[in-house]
Amino acid sequence: MIDVSGLRKVYRDRGREVVALDGVDLHVSEGEIFGVLGQSGAGKSTLLRCVNLLERPTAGTVSVAGRELTALGEADLRRARQGIGMIHQHFALLSSRTVAGNVAFPLEVMGVGRAERSRRVAELLELVGLADKAGAYPGQLSGGQKQRVGIARALAGNPSVLLSDEATSALDPGTTQSILALLKNLNRELGLTILLITHEMHVVKGICDSVAVMRDGLIEESGGIAELIARPGSRLAAELFPLPAPEPGNVTITFTGRADEPVVSEVVRKFDVDVSILGGALEEVAGVSAGRLRVRLTGDERAAALSYLAERGLLVEEAPVSVRGERADAYNRADGNSRTGGNGTSVTGPAKETR
Amino acid sequence: MTWDEMGPLLWESTGQTALMVVWSTLFTVLLGLPLGVALVVTDRGGLLPSPLLNRVLGLIVNVGRSLPFIVLMIAVIPLTRLIVGTTIGTFAAVVPLTLGAAPFFARLVETALREVGRDTVQAAQAMGAGRWTIIGKVLLPEARSGLVAGLTVTVVALISYSAMAGVIGGGGLGDLAIRYGYQRFETTLMVVTVIVLIVIVQLVQTLGDAIARRLARH
Repeated sequence: MIDVSGLRKVYRDRGREVVALDGVDLHVSEGEIFGVLGQSGAGKSTLLRCVNLLERPTAGTVSVAGRELTALGEADLRRARQGIGMIHQHFALLSSRTVAGNVAFPLEVMGVGRAERSRRVAELLELVGLADKAGAYPGQLSGGQKQRVGIARALAGNPSVLLSDEATSALDPGTTQSILALLKNLNRELGLTILLITHEMHVVKGICDSVAVMRDGLIEESGGIAELIARPGSRLAAELFPLPAPEPGNVTITFTGRADEPVVSEVVRKFDVDVSILGGALEEVAGVSAGRLRVRLTGDERAAALSYLAERGLLVEEAPVSVRGERADAYNRADGNSRTGGNGTSVTGPAKETR
Repeated sequence: MTWDEMGPLLWESTGQTALMVVWSTLFTVLLGLPLGVALVVTDRGGLLPSPLLNRVLGLIVNVGRSLPFIVLMIAVIPLTRLIVGTTIGTFAAVVPLTLGAAPFFARLVETALREVGRDTVQAAQAMGAGRWTIIGKVLLPEARSGLVAGLTVTVVALISYSAMAGVIGGGGLGDLAIRYGYQRFETTLMVVTVIVLIVIVQLVQTLGDAIARRLARH
């Protein structure tokens, strides 16, 4: 549905070049919710604004719904944008218009007649649960209500794609949940493809099917969430399940969708090993439960036990046995594969490659 | 001078001031509003970036604003003759008044339009709105409270400028105060004229504030 390839964006700021995007490829399939996760300054906002060409990329192509936007002239681009909804962190509503007037705005832009417009506005406000606020002004609404107006406005042109620019970052946790639930609903019921950017893990956890982790203008890793978690050295997993830095020889076991299987007790029964659990976290992500366990495994059949776990389809990562200082370094390093790096051994389960 | 003598004089002068201010306000808006919009949209990062045009417009506005009004009034006499057909009288004063106030108003329009969030403009662009739609349906309506506040300040400035219109025979309250109050030592008339001017300015400002506040409420 959205295809971005080789995207580069370089800003020129007083003679200095700032690289915001350094060759980004992104593929968002129809009907999925795709999250781009990253700290501020990672380039995710620039990426999103390049998708509907609010920012002209320096190089690379962008296609949405089969049309290459980067190849369109200005008039065609304006028409194409009418089929791409966008919601904003600070809502970007027109304060001089009522709720109904705001939702009507894109319809006016599209040249929809007055009668059809008011019919459609009523329908959209119903959809986001704000039918009773049609005559109110944005200044009279709460943040969550404003974002609902933003969503109704974004949906006015029956878009196939919705771009969400930190849509919940300015909202309190409760309101965030209700907005996320609304987005998930729209995704399911209208088959709306959603590309969202966020710096909040719980947004990704809550509604995304796929995710790309961005850093310094580059995508570090991307793919389906369950698949990413099961990938050795995954940054997503590291951020999703925060565990203390491992001691040398500790083992980290990551499992997706099999949280209720008694693997630990199985291992203890089958092999001559002792297991102490040092830490663990369990999360519901993308509709499946996934978790990560930090254990110390000791005993004669340690190696056999680890292979068994890997055969069971779990991701088994062993912390490198090395000098303490170096080890801490290896874990904190920026590159994605530091967890299995160094001279440590790692036994991994069947982690699929993405695309 | 008795009240009976002052009455008609005051009435006539107030009418002349009103005439000058109303007409020049109208033309100031017609000239200054597009100029202010142009200053914003041609700026770097604007809707129609054109650095050269922006600089030229900025220069014109600054020249207009740096000339003392009384000098401007004399300087534009040939233009006044071209437009009005005469260089003296109340209507002749409307030309320099407009030329003096339009650059001033344009800067206020510029400031008001810049208050409209970049977010809001980009949201409209993301919806596929063209430049004119954004100017007409986003920038101007969103800035309307600031525009009214700017217009109020401009009208008050015009009332003040119009006091100098006596130089080219435009009449008005300022002229009355100078000719009778100052040159003929009619202190009472001077005081009354000043009071009338204060009342008019006060009314304009109060009305403008009320409208601006009403528009900003939402």
